Amino acid sequence: MSLLEVEGLCVDFGRRRVPAVRGVSFSLSEGERLGIIGESGSGKTVTALAVMGLLPETARVRGSIRWRGGELLGRAEKELATLRGNAVGMVFQEPMTALDPTMKVGRQVAEVMLLHRETAGAAARPQVIAMLGDVGLTDPERIADAYPHQLSGGQRQRVIIAMALVNGPDLVICDEPTTALDVTVQATVLELLDRVLTAERAACLFISHDLAVVSQVCSQVLVMLDGEVVEAGPTSKLFTSPTHPYTRGLVATARLDLVNPGERLPTVEDYYALGAGQ
Amino acid sequence: MKRFGLVTGICLVGLVILGAAVSLVWTPFDPIRVVPGQRLQPPGWPHLLGTDGFGIDTFSRLLVGARMCLVVGIISVSLAAVVGVPLGMLAGQAGGWVSEAVMRLADVVYAFPALLLAILLAAGFGASTVTAMVAIGVATMPAFARVARAGTLQVMASEFVVAARSSGTSPWGVAGRHVLPNIAPLIGVQASVGFAMAILAEAALSYLGLGTPRPTPTWGTMLRDAQQFLFVDPLQALWPGLAIALAVLGFNLLGDGLRDYLDPRLREVS
Repeated sequence: MSLLEVEGLCVDFGRRRVPAVRGVSFSLSEGERLGIIGESGSGKTVTALAVMGLLPETARVRGSIRWRGGELLGRAEKELATLRGNAVGMVFQEPMTALDPTMKVGRQVAEVMLLHRETAGAAARPQVIAMLGDVGLTDPERIADAYPHQLSGGQRQRVIIAMALVNGPDLVICDEPTTALDVTVQATVLELLDRVLTAERAACLFISHDLAVVSQVCSQVLVMLDGEVVEAGPTSKLFTSPTHPYTRGLVATARLDLVNPGERLPTVEDYYALGAGQ
Repeated sequence: MKRFGLVTGICLVGLVILGAAVSLVWTPFDPIRVVPGQRLQPPGWPHLLGTDGFGIDTFSRLLVGARMCLVVGIISVSLAAVVGVPLGMLAGQAGGWVSEAVMRLADVVYAFPALLLAILLAAGFGASTVTAMVAIGVATMPAFARVARAGTLQVMASEFVVAARSSGTSPWGVAGRHVLPNIAPLIGVQASVGFAMAILAEAALSYLGLGTPRPTPTWGTMLRDAQQFLFVDPLQALWPGLAIALAVLGFNLLGDGLRDYLDPRLREVS
């Protein structure tokens, strides 16, 4: 049985029913990693938030989202809250804003743990310190007692990853986890994600606009454009023989090593006229 | 000096608190006992600021008045904050018709003249410090509700709230652990400005005889008593007037200074 099955997911917003996601389907089995790739506004994040049940109230969601065979759509908020942070963890895009500036980071990690386990507050600390160490933070004792503004972007993103993983989730949703980081930090955070996901044997839904980043973490990829899936398949196949012109454009822009020196760099528009439809 | 306003505000407020504290244990003369032989003494020794029309030492009355002004400020601001802040947070977090209902209610209360409310309360229960405090508290509730709502909306839009919800935090948990600590500086500033308003309102109400009754000295009643001697001894009106003005200025400067000091955009830098 699949861990997560999404079928015909449609989301629209507001009174004018602006569609954000149109008929997205995919499934994810235990330990599998699926990348969702697409540009801003293609519906990647909305899809992720729909799975978490965290869309604003103005959103209308149709279709089906099943967790271990059980339908999530229409489930009571209380039942969803027991899944969130426990069976499903989420890593956010902006390390600068995804941590509460008024709370020490150690406590923020502990909160996630205490919400789902019957551990006394004091007993949580050693586990929090261990978790912070696991995500590669040196001197986790000091970091636990620091406020977010005292940490660097990379450190904060590691803390956010620790928050998502502290309860040993079966699925981790990563929403552009490295976009806000510079390239060198990006590489180490990706390695870290790869390592902890393997260690926890957690499945992963990895959202990014960067094909190169996705290919580092995921074996399967979904390409989204204007709220629809235009192409899906194994990462290697997508790289070697993309079928949709938009995907061809993405691959070309990700493979700059194939460009001869002096030539103009390719853009997606060379392959696919954005906004013009097919 | 960059924080001149904040420092001045702290000094003035500190002076009021000091005066109130001193009056608890010691005043130069009895602030209540009438001494007909000592009426309208000029400033000097032993009456530092002179005496009023009843022969009571003005400096002693000022000190005790500081105490009353602090009591009224603290209680009316607390009342306004305790009711206004949760309502504002509720409006900000729930949104929809709940928000509309709460904010329209706040508009109605805001539109209702505080003076009229004070008169109604005084007519119903007899004028006292309590009716004045309740009237001031109710009148300033909408300001707290609005500030709390605006702050809540801002916090709710931030990613760490989505992150908290994605880890299973309930709406109550979000309110208590994330929204309240983040809007606390805003509430503090509003409390400080509200305190200044409360002092002014209390002075006005006791001037009109709608607040603390005699013989308890407040700055407002001192002004009223001085009025009948305005042409004989104008200094009697100057002292309480000056005290009110400086206290209000102090709390306003403190509020403004705190606002600058706690600005989140500057907080990152420090």
